[in-house]
Amino acid sequence: MTTPHYGRAPGDIATHAEIPAHAPGGLLVYTLGLLLAIILTATSFWVANTSLFWAPGVALGLATLAVAQMGVHLVFFLHITTAPDSTNNVLALAFGVLAVFLVIAGSVWIMANLNANMMPMDMTNLHTQH
Amino acid sequence: MNVAVAYEIEPGTATSATEERPVSKRTVVAYGFWLFLLSDIVMFSAFFASYAVLVHATAGGPTGAQLFNQTTVAIETACLLISSYTCGLMSLAIGSRRRAATYFFAAVTFILGATFLSLEIREFLNMIAQGATPQRSAFLSAFFTVVGCHGVHVTAGLIWLIVMTAQVAFKGFVANVQRRLLCFALFWHALDIIWVALFTVVYLMGVSQ
Repeated sequence: MTTPHYGRAPGDIATHAEIPAHAPGGLLVYTLGLLLAIILTATSFWVANTSLFWAPGVALGLATLAVAQMGVHLVFFLHITTAPDSTNNVLALAFGVLAVFLVIAGSVWIMANLNANMMPMDMTNLHTQH
Repeated sequence: MNVAVAYEIEPGTATSATEERPVSKRTVVAYGFWLFLLSDIVMFSAFFASYAVLVHATAGGPTGAQLFNQTTVAIETACLLISSYTCGLMSLAIGSRRRAATYFFAAVTFILGATFLSLEIREFLNMIAQGATPQRSAFLSAFFTVVGCHGVHVTAGLIWLIVMTAQVAFKGFVANVQRRLLCFALFWHALDIIWVALFTVVYLMGVSQ
């Protein structure tokens, strides 16, 4: 059991002792990330344009693909990993994700609720608002 | 300044109780910049939230499905994604102190970023020419705010890239220039992450509805 150390900067690839000699080099990491990102982006554009899927499910599928691609960018481009020396970076990221979730989910939830409860019958939709 | 220098003179000041090795200044600087980027993303989340709330408030004006051109968006996405990749290759070139490769990848990153920006400006001008200005509806105000804010970030990144290339040319790969280049790479990759959210929420969900 090695003592954890918090020595790696976000954006830096793990070096020397932490990874075995046969671990992939930097070029391979970036190239792999690019390929995965291209696949996910192409899938997103395809899902948005195909009529193969149940329409209300498309938005959820697009959101899932976007979250997956953000994960690919974080791991392969920003090198935010689960390695012990990256713990501080991951904790900061987790707090950021929490704040983003609260702001977006909270706003959408509250505004949809207000919209449903407080508008007169003929104005239940924001289409008519100026 | 004294505080900043202290890490180099007296590395022990940057260690915490749970570890033995001193934390390098590179790590401290990049961690601070990482916190800034996360706060920047939280700011963007507020713009995304207002966009999500106002997306149907078109006030009888044009909707996203009528305005957005998916081909342009696809080209913009490709430009930004590949520029993120070449920015990563630039980081590798900096790590092994290859000056020519650093200039080359900096130039490719800049050209792709500038292409993205010019496409976005052309898209904005087209929309404004059709009467779809930010004043037209709450939806368009939110659209120009969130997409424009990302565009302003890209513009700042392009200026920063020019400055960093000049610093590499005049100062070489000294420690503080390397730290700034690391921060720039983080910034550029973070912009691409925000763009993933943008093209999904604004463009693809706007067109598919």
